[in-house]
Amino acid sequence: MLAALWCIVQRDLTLAMRHRSDVLTTVFFFVIVVSLFPLGVGPDTELLRSMAAGVVWVAALLASMLSLTRLFADDYVDGTLEQLLLVPQPLALMVLGKIVAHWLISGLPLVLMSPLLGLQFGLSGDALWMLMVTLLLGTPVLSLIGAIGAALTLGLRGGGVLVSLLVLPLYIPVLIFGAGAVEASVVGMGADGHLSLMGAILVLALLLAPWASAAALRISVE
Amino acid sequence: MAINWFKYSSPATFYPLAGRISPWFAGAAAILLVVGLYMSFFVAPTDYKQGEGYRIIFIHVPAAWMSMVIYLVMAGWAAAGMIWRTRLSSMMATALAPTGAMFTFLALWTGALWGKPMWGTWWVWDARLTSELILLFLYIGFMALESAIDDPRRAARASGLLALVGVVNIPIIYYSVQWWNTLHQGSSIKFDGGGVQSSMTDIMLWTLLIMALACWLYTIAVVLTRVRSIILERESGSVWVKEMLQEKK
Repeated sequence: MLAALWCIVQRDLTLAMRHRSDVLTTVFFFVIVVSLFPLGVGPDTELLRSMAAGVVWVAALLASMLSLTRLFADDYVDGTLEQLLLVPQPLALMVLGKIVAHWLISGLPLVLMSPLLGLQFGLSGDALWMLMVTLLLGTPVLSLIGAIGAALTLGLRGGGVLVSLLVLPLYIPVLIFGAGAVEASVVGMGADGHLSLMGAILVLALLLAPWASAAALRISVE
Repeated sequence: MAINWFKYSSPATFYPLAGRISPWFAGAAAILLVVGLYMSFFVAPTDYKQGEGYRIIFIHVPAAWMSMVIYLVMAGWAAAGMIWRTRLSSMMATALAPTGAMFTFLALWTGALWGKPMWGTWWVWDARLTSELILLFLYIGFMALESAIDDPRRAARASGLLALVGVVNIPIIYYSVQWWNTLHQGSSIKFDGGGVQSSMTDIMLWTLLIMALACWLYTIAVVLTRVRSIILERESGSVWVKEMLQEKK
């Protein structure tokens, strides 16, 4: 079963490497959205430092959502998805493989880029570190929850807009804890509570989301 | 006498039943609403702290209760629809969503009207307010997904799944927002349902309960009426609908 999972991850990564511009679009979107905020609210260092966590997190949410529509759409169009539904391995596992690949392609680059953007907002070392850790814990949740939305809106008219309507309210807890942890560390308070809760959300999402996405895929494809 | 509840899980038998009982609920709701409104405006005493402005509680709190209860009931119907694959269950979930969204909006709106004189602001990012707003988004997402899918059976199952995912999220949202809030502003105005109730006189409490009951009955009446339309729409090709319409002619 692990071999099947690995096979899916490898396949999706290979496909993504063949269309490198798709990956880069997400990353640049993230960078541009974050860079727009100082232009909009003015270069006041104190103000920027206090809103850095929120801005980076909201941008990460939007960037991760932007790439969601591609998660199943290509496979749905060329028929691969139907083959995936027929394989003897459990569908939830296959979906998990796709989600892992999606996170490696669109989530991990955001995590790696975040310290640079935090630096632009004048965050200190501890806060930068915390920003990276929360994104590392949080972006997989975004991919996991987003997969449910992507599976539900598969093949619908205007699916891209609809997916944001379905998924963004569900992203809110991750946003609150993620930005909260960074802000707690900026103020000098401990962020352990936030991190533990983010870990709990990650475990819960890891347990339920692949299963729910698999159910949603079956509804959408049948 | 044992009643065969599953008999009414078929749209064909439920349609006339809903038509028979919904006027009763509507009538009872209207009577209770008149009584409740009269009590809330003329019988309930003036609050010693908030003056006359507090009277909006009699619509605000029932609306907030209904907004949460309806979501749970809707998700319950969605779950029933997924487990037993009964057509009626998903129709009930569909019929509940607009009323739930309406009550959520009403709770937010009356809350804003109440907040302006009492807190001095229309809106604060308080735990209760934010979680109610998220609830409104969940209702809107449910309705948007359902209307985006043309095939009614797929629409019912997809939106049902979304409703269930939303239920998992509701306690998380509720507690996360509390956490987030206490971290930012420790001394924000706390509006605690239990706290308000315990400090109320009996007559206020009774008025509130009558208004809540009126909202319940109104919801049942409206949902039964709406589900009748949905049944007709979805079953328009079936034999019993044709026969019924021909009988009416």
